Amino acid sequence: MNSPAPLEAPALLQARGLAYLRNDEPIFGPLDFALYPGEVVLIEGDNGSGKTTLLKVLSGLLAPSAGSVLLNGEPLTLARLSHQVALLGHLLGIKAELSPLQNLRFAIGLGGLRPGITPHHALKSVGLDGYEDVPLRQLSAGQKKRVALARLLLVPAALWLLDEPYANLDREGMALVNRLLEVHALRGGAALITSHGAYAYTSGTPRRLQLHAPAEKAA
Amino acid sequence: MNPLVLWFHKLGSPPYFYRLAGRLLPWLWGLAAIGIAAGLYGGLVLAPPDYQQSDAFRIIYIHVPSAWMSLFIYFFMAVNGFIALVWRIKLSEILAMAAAPVGAAFTFICLATGSLWGKPMWGTWWTWDARLTSELVLLFLYLGVIGLYHAIEDRRQAARAAAFLALIGIVNLPIVHFSVKWWNTLHQGSTVKLFGPSLIDSRMLWPLLIMAVATKFAFAASLLSRARVDLLELESGKDWARQIALAEETSA
Amino acid sequence: MSHGTALGACRALIVRDLALLWRRRGDALNPALFAVMVIMLFPFALGPEPQMLGRIAAGTVLVALLLAGLLSLDALFRSDLEDGSLEQLVLSPHPLPLLLACKIAVHWLTTALPLLLAAPLLGELLFLPPQVLGTLMAALALSTPLLSLIGAVCVALTVGMRRSGMLLALLVLPLYVPVLIFAAGACDAAQQGLPVAAPLLWLGAALVLALVLAPLACAAALRISLS
Repeated sequence: MNSPAPLEAPALLQARGLAYLRNDEPIFGPLDFALYPGEVVLIEGDNGSGKTTLLKVLSGLLAPSAGSVLLNGEPLTLARLSHQVALLGHLLGIKAELSPLQNLRFAIGLGGLRPGITPHHALKSVGLDGYEDVPLRQLSAGQKKRVALARLLLVPAALWLLDEPYANLDREGMALVNRLLEVHALRGGAALITSHGAYAYTSGTPRRLQLHAPAEKAA
Repeated sequence: MNPLVLWFHKLGSPPYFYRLAGRLLPWLWGLAAIGIAAGLYGGLVLAPPDYQQSDAFRIIYIHVPSAWMSLFIYFFMAVNGFIALVWRIKLSEILAMAAAPVGAAFTFICLATGSLWGKPMWGTWWTWDARLTSELVLLFLYLGVIGLYHAIEDRRQAARAAAFLALIGIVNLPIVHFSVKWWNTLHQGSTVKLFGPSLIDSRMLWPLLIMAVATKFAFAASLLSRARVDLLELESGKDWARQIALAEETSA
Repeated sequence: MSHGTALGACRALIVRDLALLWRRRGDALNPALFAVMVIMLFPFALGPEPQMLGRIAAGTVLVALLLAGLLSLDALFRSDLEDGSLEQLVLSPHPLPLLLACKIAVHWLTTALPLLLAAPLLGELLFLPPQVLGTLMAALALSTPLLSLIGAVCVALTVGMRRSGMLLALLVLPLYVPVLIFAAGACDAAQQGLPVAAPLLWLGAALVLALVLAPLACAAALRISLS
């Protein structure tokens, strides 16, 4: 899926003049871009260029200081979130005291379940079969990340916002992320992933979005 | 657009507000100083002594206006907080947060003078009188708002959180007052009635009214001074704020 | 695609929070233990005369339970914030106030209910007059959920802070004053053999209001804190 969907198809996600300020200091933006079904877009930028904040704004967690986010052509607000967006942040949103299976069951309860997949299947496809009932605190950082990836497989969301999905993963884990992204794109989903510098998305050449630290921009 | 609405829009713009407040400030401070001087002279010198409390009653010229102001400012803060939360107007955030310390100061003055008054009247520095107790809770509500505002890093987020707390407080305030009054009647039937339905001599009344107006001016002056500084700090990245800072530097 | 229902989301949240509490069941008794310690300090400070202790017993138990509840409030969102679960909760398409109401309910069940069960024992330690016990329990049953609901709103406002303990107390305690007054008023009336219905009804009315409004306020406060 290295060629974007035809342009007349409605954009899954659209940012119009999107900017975010903290203490009146610009964190990023203004940004204009669109994301179409089947696309994987890589957000590149150095530390402090606002990648994480951008994902939070796009997910609806933070209200933009200027501009708007459109999901399937409709404005996104915290009050009107849909099942369209799945966010995987630095904090994985999983409980160390619970087992992968318990964590995934909770995620399904909260976000719903894609048809034709079970938590067991999902854990198997992220390479965690056999760990279903082991408390997460006994797993490695990479394995925890895989549990969070399994959540992406289960919960129905057309748009994935992944913050540093390759962090903490071994070579095999990175390949797993790429595989998941490919399948997601083929299904008509879209993903926005952040990475500083060395990106590991090897399937085709994804579109890239460059973010610069505001100080650089002024220079 | 309606000229009044237009004026409000202009008022909401930080540079315009900064200049307008700067022009108003000397007048407000002046009126406050004259009013307080006149009110205190009238109250402390001209007004006749009370037949029961003799000269001790004169503390009402500070105590009562402070009590009025403590409630007035809380209300002002909550209204601005509401505007800040609903319409996200930066100026309202600043006004609400600039008002909080002033309100807390008036509340503290009210409590301190009430306590001073209590010593000759009731023989103790403190009594769990319904009004004083409510005023004490009000002081804690103010301190909570101020504490929350200063505990959050991002100034605008801090202002919104503290404004939200102020709104909770304004819902809570009548409940506190009602419950404290109920509690008070439960525990002591015979509180000294400070403001019975007695007729107050007009020579005692006019200084009080002057003080009530003068404290409003003092509040407005103090509020605008604080708001100007906060605004300059918050907008320090903007061109207009830089220009003002540069102008001050060259004139100094 | 199955998106699940709001009810399903609530059930999942309750099941998860209960499972978490089961994992940390060692901590569950801490608030009750704290309350016992506080109560124990009073005879040391005031002397062991049953008459005097009996007179202040109901109020002391109320204050001890209020403080124990205050200490346990901090944990309401802390771990969810630290591991990112709170973001997932806010991003869930189900109504946030409803989910928060479930969280508060579980929190009440696991921190206040043990306290409530410990209350007769605490009363016994302070020679609580037997005729007051029923009223004290009724007042506690009505006021502890009220305290949890009010407290949750303030916790939501301080959720991002690292050291929020003292500040939380400063925010919460003024709001607790009316609740304490009515709960203690009911006990006082019972001690004097007066009718206790009025203050208890006030507490009940406040609880109904808080059940509706506090989750909404809590959600609004949480969104401010997370922004």
